[in-house]
Amino acid sequence: MARAVTPRRKALNTLIAWAIGLMIFFPILWTILTSFKSEAQAINDPPLFLFFDWTIENYGVVQDRSDYMRYLWNSVIIAGGSTLLGVVVAVPAAWSMAFVPSKRTKDILLWMLSTKMLPAVGVLYPIYLLFIELGLLDTRTGLVIVLMLINLPIIVWMLYTYFKEIPVDILEAARMDGATLRGEILHVLMPMAVPGIASTILLSLILAWNEAFWTLNLTAAKAGPLTAFIASYSSPEGLFFAKLSAASTMAIAPILILGWFSQKQLVRGLTFGAVK
Amino acid sequence: MTLKNMKNVLRTTSAAALLAAVGAHAVSHADTVTIATVNNGDMIRMQKLTDDFTSRNPGITLEWVTLEENILRQRVTQDIATRGGQFDVLTIGTYEVPIWGRNGWLVSLNDLPAEWDVDDLLPAIRSGLTVDGNLYAAPFYGESSMVMYRTDLMEKAGLRMPEAPTWEFIREAAAAMTDRDNETYGICLRGKAGWGENMAFITATSNAFGARWFDENWTPQFDSDAWSTTLNFYLDLMGDAGPPGASTNGFNENLSLFQQGKCGMWIDATVAASFVTNPNDSTVADEVGFALAPDTGLGKRSNWLWAWALAIPAGTQKEAAAKQFIEWATSKEYIELVASKEGWANVPPGARSSLYENPNYKDIPFARMTLESILSADPLNPTVDPVPYVGIQFVAIPEFAGIATEVGQEFSAALAGQQTAAEALDKAQALTADAMEAAGY
Repeated sequence: MARAVTPRRKALNTLIAWAIGLMIFFPILWTILTSFKSEAQAINDPPLFLFFDWTIENYGVVQDRSDYMRYLWNSVIIAGGSTLLGVVVAVPAAWSMAFVPSKRTKDILLWMLSTKMLPAVGVLYPIYLLFIELGLLDTRTGLVIVLMLINLPIIVWMLYTYFKEIPVDILEAARMDGATLRGEILHVLMPMAVPGIASTILLSLILAWNEAFWTLNLTAAKAGPLTAFIASYSSPEGLFFAKLSAASTMAIAPILILGWFSQKQLVRGLTFGAVK
Repeated sequence: MTLKNMKNVLRTTSAAALLAAVGAHAVSHADTVTIATVNNGDMIRMQKLTDDFTSRNPGITLEWVTLEENILRQRVTQDIATRGGQFDVLTIGTYEVPIWGRNGWLVSLNDLPAEWDVDDLLPAIRSGLTVDGNLYAAPFYGESSMVMYRTDLMEKAGLRMPEAPTWEFIREAAAAMTDRDNETYGICLRGKAGWGENMAFITATSNAFGARWFDENWTPQFDSDAWSTTLNFYLDLMGDAGPPGASTNGFNENLSLFQQGKCGMWIDATVAASFVTNPNDSTVADEVGFALAPDTGLGKRSNWLWAWALAIPAGTQKEAAAKQFIEWATSKEYIELVASKEGWANVPPGARSSLYENPNYKDIPFARMTLESILSADPLNPTVDPVPYVGIQFVAIPEFAGIATEVGQEFSAALAGQQTAAEALDKAQALTADAMEAAGY
């Protein structure tokens, strides 16, 4: 039975939720606001919130100086490619762990996750040298592979958790009806796990989109995604906060819009299995 | 068309497209020079003017990789040490050039043509970029450090800034200019931890107080009286007349404070002079004066020397094209090109003597003081007592960046009041001794 919630309590909860939401969103809001200020207004003390001379000059300067579309396209390919490749590899892996577990399944899962605990810089040089040998430096292919490998443990874990929620009897029934392994995964398991797969894809996309260590270290002039675009506006000797904010806003806008439109899917996927 | 025919057409088209792509790649590959650079006003201006270079050199195209300087340093070091070959021209500073030149990582620029006029380079800058007679990088712009001060506040305090002040005068003036109720602080200095942040400033300051990082046997000297005097003076000065939260202030934070009229004096890079006198950004643009960095009468001033320079990594396939680019970007003609497009105040300063002989440039208010600051810096003899190293605000050894960043954290913690000067110096001495022993000195 649902617990009775008084209107007062409901209003309080809403207020707290809004306050937390605003607190989390505030740095992004501040970045967006700063992008419409002049460099002098950006460092004004006390800080200017809404009442300043709004200008879109910074966007013009950024667009003029950098080829935004090239960076955006690189981001789309790298984030999209690594996510798709990750899902293709992770679905069979998660299926086998969820439905035909062995004695070592739990250990393998933990081991996979433990690779995330290794600081990335620890394997930078081996990977860099490998990339030189394979001719993958400053290529989108190289980054697709690296980001796929980095996000793979999380993708497998998430899919494994969702697959565990699906009754094994349904898959057995499909098998008894003559479904092949491929048919069982493609036509029975995946349609049932769509919310889980969708939220996994979204999370992987966001992680790959925001990844700034490998994308900065393994690219130069050609394959740099939007993280490299933002980094080019940071400077310890010179005040370019407004331009940096404009570049940041342009970089986060696509993923912000994607997140906005898919938030229902994302929330549904993340809470999938939590409520029965 | 049958299915088989379609397949053949597709196959042929794909093969042709692939060949075309490979061909196009090969052509562009041969002519494309990739330049790694930092994000600052002069470098961005150069990127905007590259049409001039490409129109003179139609066979060469330029690609830019612009990064924040610490990321760039790490990225370029990694690439050059592994011979990754990602860059054909590097933007590096006077700290890297002696180390990398000695390692054989850079191409000598001794064979640049006579009209490039190597003898026109400012001697201090040239010597900072030369190893064993080989010029390994061409200076794009150079800088020293100097005092930037508010003429109106100085006058209000009843003081007159000498051209070459002492630290004692700076202390008196800072105290007299401080008005905490109105958020005016007598002096703004770097406090943020980092070898290129607070340690650049404090190391240069320590030279004037007779301190040094190492003696002739590479023994750390943080346990000396000179270092104790330096650090205590800096902490007292900042405590008496510095802004609140100074331990997190670097170049940008102090620039912002000065531009908003909150600093009486700011001792920092000469390149800041064009920012604080720019009326579009600075509220005190018309009330700024300049003086040499202070001393204590021991024969060394507290100014540093730095140059951003263009170098070619050994092993690049495009050495000739890279040299052509460097020759263009660091030439006298380039300076004139910038002047014609953006005005004389925006030309890259501090690299060539001829710039300071140019009557058009003499009118720039900070030109003379910038030149005098650069000329008074000597990276080969930076300290009162002899030292085994080159460098004024740094020690040109590979271990320095790591050690100085850790020492900088101790000094920054002392400025934040988390420990005393003596504790910070003890820790600095211990960690430097450990690191140097581990490095085999």
